Amino acid sequence: MADVKFENVTKAYGENIILKNISLEIKDGEFCVIVGPSGCGKTTLLRMLAGLEEITYGKIYIDSVLVNDLPPSKREIAMVFQDYALYPHMSVRENMSFALKLRKVKKEEINSRVIEAASILQITHLLDRMPKQLSGGQRQRVAIGRAIVRHPKVFLFDEPLSNLDAKLREEMRIEFLKLYQKLAATMIYVTHDQIEAMTLASKIIIMNKGIIQQIGTPIDVYLKPKKLFVASFIGTPTMNFINGKLSIDREKIFLIHEDKKIFIPAFAFPDYQKYEGKEIILGIRPDDIILDESKMDKENAISAKVDVVELLGPRENIYIKISDKKIITATSHSFKITPQSEIKFSLNYLNLHIFDSVTEERIN
Amino acid sequence: MKKISVKHILIHIIILIAVVITTYPLIRIFSVSIRPGDRIISTDLSLIPDGASFISYIKLFKETHFIKWIFNSLLITLATSFIGVTLASTAAYAFSRFNFLGKKSGLSLLLLTQMIPAGMLILPLYLMIMKLNLINTYLGMIIAYSVSSLPFSIWILKGYYDTIPKSLEEAAKVDGANDISAFYKIILPLSTPALSIAFLFNFTTAWNEYLVARVVLYHPANYTWTLGLFELQGQFITQWGMFAAGSIIITIPVLVIFLYSSKWLISGLTLGSVKG
Repeated sequence: MADVKFENVTKAYGENIILKNISLEIKDGEFCVIVGPSGCGKTTLLRMLAGLEEITYGKIYIDSVLVNDLPPSKREIAMVFQDYALYPHMSVRENMSFALKLRKVKKEEINSRVIEAASILQITHLLDRMPKQLSGGQRQRVAIGRAIVRHPKVFLFDEPLSNLDAKLREEMRIEFLKLYQKLAATMIYVTHDQIEAMTLASKIIIMNKGIIQQIGTPIDVYLKPKKLFVASFIGTPTMNFINGKLSIDREKIFLIHEDKKIFIPAFAFPDYQKYEGKEIILGIRPDDIILDESKMDKENAISAKVDVVELLGPRENIYIKISDKKIITATSHSFKITPQSEIKFSLNYLNLHIFDSVTEERIN
Repeated sequence: MKKISVKHILIHIIILIAVVITTYPLIRIFSVSIRPGDRIISTDLSLIPDGASFISYIKLFKETHFIKWIFNSLLITLATSFIGVTLASTAAYAFSRFNFLGKKSGLSLLLLTQMIPAGMLILPLYLMIMKLNLINTYLGMIIAYSVSSLPFSIWILKGYYDTIPKSLEEAAKVDGANDISAFYKIILPLSTPALSIAFLFNFTTAWNEYLVARVVLYHPANYTWTLGLFELQGQFITQWGMFAAGSIIITIPVLVIFLYSSKWLISGLTLGSVKG
């Protein structure tokens, strides 16, 4: 187990800069998930830590040791690859003991470690099979087993669940959580799936275009996204954004979006005076749109037209339109709303997210 | 019962014709090899002639240096194949995995050498081997054969390595292997089908080669079987019986190698089919 530290790490292929000045610290025993859309540089970051990719500029430390010039074999890390990368010509047992054999660990020790890892992952009965005889989920477990037997300082996972079907992915997610609780090791997990990130991470790092957008706990980034990108990336259904000019009318703050006036209480936007007359973006999560008349702020309710109603069993997603702007609302009640009907809604003022339309930074 | 379609019958007829065309000469040669000496040039078409005997085989071993020729051929061929495959497997790995100056042009040049007819290479090869003072030696032959089959082997192996996911080597490196151990513990065992093909190619080319041997070897004790059999052709008389017997015997090593390596070829094919 160990700390991991990135110091101003940059990666460039010629003129093309993939990662810009990445600095971050991952503490001993943290489950850190790096999440972002494909091409954001998250896998490159992981591969640089593993030693599979050269560092153009900056420093990487594992357990306070500078590892920039260490080969992967000397970094005491274990990695689970997206395509599992099981050695096809070796049995499960051989796959799992390969690293230990290279390190000249004693035979009895290898055996006991393989058995231990196999029993944690419930693959003891598969030890003598070849990778081609395994299902996707089983291969995944073997790949994890290969990492566990090493007792590495840091576990690296590169989109380990992306090749599995939805149901298996859900199961394996729980397995990962259990594994983390059992091993209590430093784990760094790369994914493009924000649900995986939210459910697994103790620390979440959101990246876009080679830049870290936000670092925090899952609940932090959900409740207080610092940037427009983070707000749009985290949460399903995605956050609604309404842009418009801020205007103050008889000491009341409004966002003017075409012909609609959306009320923003002063407590939700303390800095409002600086932005009077300027373009801002108001973000509101689908869950924070109130359709229930008994809970609604009737005085400031906004009228809208229902576009589509999507039934999801216990929940309903209702797509509404205010002056051609599509907005998704999510509700757990059925209000018997029908498409094309006129409704009114108000916002949950406690959870408003306001962004500068130029810098796209959070301003409330 | 399974229905036999016209398509099936046609396919079988074509296969049958192909089999006859390929095996008929071999059968003819065999029948010549067991003919009694006085009927060698007879126009008799029976496969097993009257008075058939293995006398030609016995004479071949007793009256000529046939065993020595076979030994020479085997030595040169095996050495060529091993050296060729060893060099090609490493060179192809470099071409497949690393980026270096001249990678593309190097590959094209290798391909270009395969377009030059073998006859054109005889003089330069002879001059090179002579300058190296290796005329009439096994080593001279081994060098000449290895370099001429190397480009093809490199292309075959490079193509195969390209299909092996890089993540396997990366996993090995993370597991504690270095470049070299990742290559021979992971890549080489996975490449047996391509290695077998390269080996077979090297083996059959060197085994059957005549032209280069003709100019490099001049001492009968160093002859390969191709030169040796030609010795049987005299100015006034050719000993066709022994010639045919020799021709039959020299097919055996190639046959054995093919049968043996087919196991590797097939195991490799099934391995690839379930990847992913």
